Amino acid sequence: MAELILRRVLVAIPTIIIVSMLVFSLQKLLPGDPALMIAGEEHDPKVIEYIREKYHLNDPIPVQYGMWVKQVVQGDFGKSLRTDVPVTQLIDSKLPVTIQLAVMAMIVAVLIGIPTGILSAVRKETAVDYVANVVALSGLSIPNFWLGILLIFLVSVQLGWLPASGYVPPSQDFWLSIKTMLMPAFVLGTALSATLMRHTRSAMIGILRSDYIRTARAKGLRQGKVVYKHALRNALVPIVTLMTLLFGELLGGAVLTEQIFTIPGFGKLVVDAVFTRDYAVVQGIVLCTAIGYVGLNLLADVLYILINPRLRGA
Amino acid sequence: MLKTRLAVLSLSLLASSMAYAQTLRIGLKEDPDVLDPDRARTYVGRIVFTALCDKLVDISPKLDFVPQLATSWSYNDDETALTFKLRDGITFQDGTKIDAEAVKANLDRSMSLPDSNRKSELSSVDHVEVVDPSTVTIHLKHPDATLLATLSDRAGMMMSPAAFKGDKTFSQDPVCSGPYKFVKRVQNDRIELEKYDGYWDAKDYPIKKVVYLPITDATVKLANLKAGDIDMLERLAPTDVPQVKADKSLDFEPVTGLGWQSITINTNNGDRAKSNPLAKDKRIRQALEYAIGRDVINQVAGNGIYPPAQQPFPPSSPYLSDKFPVTERNVDKAKELLKEAGVPNPKFELVFGTGSDNQQLAELIQAMAAEAGFQITLRATEFAAMLDELDRGNFDASLIGWSGRVDPDGNIHPFVTCKGALNYGRYCNQQVDKDLNQARQVSGVEKRKPLYTDAQTILQQDLPVIYTYYQPWPFVLNKNVTGFVPYPDGMIRLKGMNVQ
Repeated sequence: MAELILRRVLVAIPTIIIVSMLVFSLQKLLPGDPALMIAGEEHDPKVIEYIREKYHLNDPIPVQYGMWVKQVVQGDFGKSLRTDVPVTQLIDSKLPVTIQLAVMAMIVAVLIGIPTGILSAVRKETAVDYVANVVALSGLSIPNFWLGILLIFLVSVQLGWLPASGYVPPSQDFWLSIKTMLMPAFVLGTALSATLMRHTRSAMIGILRSDYIRTARAKGLRQGKVVYKHALRNALVPIVTLMTLLFGELLGGAVLTEQIFTIPGFGKLVVDAVFTRDYAVVQGIVLCTAIGYVGLNLLADVLYILINPRLRGA
Repeated sequence: MLKTRLAVLSLSLLASSMAYAQTLRIGLKEDPDVLDPDRARTYVGRIVFTALCDKLVDISPKLDFVPQLATSWSYNDDETALTFKLRDGITFQDGTKIDAEAVKANLDRSMSLPDSNRKSELSSVDHVEVVDPSTVTIHLKHPDATLLATLSDRAGMMMSPAAFKGDKTFSQDPVCSGPYKFVKRVQNDRIELEKYDGYWDAKDYPIKKVVYLPITDATVKLANLKAGDIDMLERLAPTDVPQVKADKSLDFEPVTGLGWQSITINTNNGDRAKSNPLAKDKRIRQALEYAIGRDVINQVAGNGIYPPAQQPFPPSSPYLSDKFPVTERNVDKAKELLKEAGVPNPKFELVFGTGSDNQQLAELIQAMAAEAGFQITLRATEFAAMLDELDRGNFDASLIGWSGRVDPDGNIHPFVTCKGALNYGRYCNQQVDKDLNQARQVSGVEKRKPLYTDAQTILQQDLPVIYTYYQPWPFVLNKNVTGFVPYPDGMIRLKGMNVQ
């Protein structure tokens, strides 16, 4: 087990290096000069030149990359070109927000996706199955931003039940924090639940057809026990993997949802940073997300082994 | 008896309403940039500074200069020295005194900080002299009529020297001279300020706390206002104007700003200008102007909040000349001009920043110009990329605006003088340069206005820039917010404002 984790970590290092190089060079390919964006409306040529010097924008890209890596290795991600805030501080303040949103969205997705998936597998090709499928499909096809705006108008403006947008840290007011995050988590969660539901359904259907389930039924076990104890446990293996990957995606920032609900997470930060050519921020966030994603992949592997004892010896 | 009871009742009512009169939440269209007046560059940043940092002088809604930190000012005879008398007993938000030394330290910083965006604004300043603790004189290299206006904006904002000379980055924890002091900032989320009780005019500021919330999506920003999650917002989307006007719980407070929007034409910048039909003959540019109806733009794209602009100076400015009324749309005249120029169907590309407002405006211009024979292709480009292309001359014509300045110079000089930093089309005319440079050095409306009018006589013929409409600042407030006065500079001055 320990050897496996170590091997995975070693494999992850080149992945992260390649990601960082890719992001660095892709960013430089973007049209638009960051110095022009920072120099303000007046475009004073002297200021523009100073900014180019200060941020080494005149140096060749490999040199710039080398300097950045040297900083990062020392734990310094640089400062936001737009606001002066150190990137580490930005990551510090945005990561909890993004994690909270991801966790809450995941809870919504699991609560909706897995039960409906099981139900439609057990009641395959009945009215229940069809209804569940339609709901899942609409969850996948309704655009996040549309559902978000609709919910804001209905729940906040018309009914006044929940705050329309924004973010409150749980440490400041726990319930208000949950309330503010409820709508965005629901919007994100419904979309994910559709994917989860479809995967749960197909995994369950496959397993319910297998020999050992027939044996269990032949033993005279009750339906509930067959489904939850015997079938679900096996079906969970691919679903857990899927969940960790979906969670990894959520950590990259839910750009549209964050934009609509004005949640100050990774997604909004990185989009704003791209538009203002705030290189330091984009690089820092992407690196952080890549590390998170690789970490979650590793976690998926570990969970895989924990759930599936047959793999433990391997 | 009854009287006393009423008095007690009204007093307690007053007290309770005052207890709630605490926080004003303002929805901004973008997240402000760096909170350092010397380095800042955005409109929303200036809105925050208006509460955070006082200036030497302020402007009135009619664009006159009024005292703020300085109570009076005067020029010497040849207008090469401007002397300010400072208000008595004023302090920065850290309690240190605002005296002539502090003012000098501030102006020196604005002129010497390597990435100061105020340097060019203060380029006429030679040195700053401390006369006595409450008197400071700014010595100039040459007379500069724009200086007072410059000092009524970010260059004149006074920060605590202890804060900018200290170890911490100033913008992380700004200490200034305004009625509200910095509490905290969460990037992309909020900026919180609270009242500074030692402010010289604290009694006129009933609001205790101000929160600025950047909400990028226009629909969501308005929804927040309607749900009561914010108290006011700036820059309502023109498409939402009818809806807001119909809503009795909201107050619509638009004001015509100091800035303009334009069709800027590449007349002379690089190879692209050689193939650009608009660059070849001014009659083609004149035809384009006749082909588009500014009133149509106002009605269709602006829902009535895009006041037609013919000149770079706003209606509130005394420099607006009555010699150049807004050109009426005249398709026949446009066709005639194109025929005279020998190009009945000029083809060009119009580039503009992405966004639904801009898209609609560009399509409207395309459709109107097509009636006269123009064949316009549209290209929406992300803003940062567009700036780069304009700078390199890779455009025929572009929709671009300017946020506007109090002094007329800022609205015209950088755009049409040969070496102007914002002259994307590289238009160049010696007489225009001469007029505009001279207007920088003489003072008084009566001396400067003829120079601007003379330059405009040439520019209105040559049309390197076709102004379309004045930048509006449409504010929307909940009815419970009182005392708001819209200013043409689009700033939110909190003096006298309250939340009931």
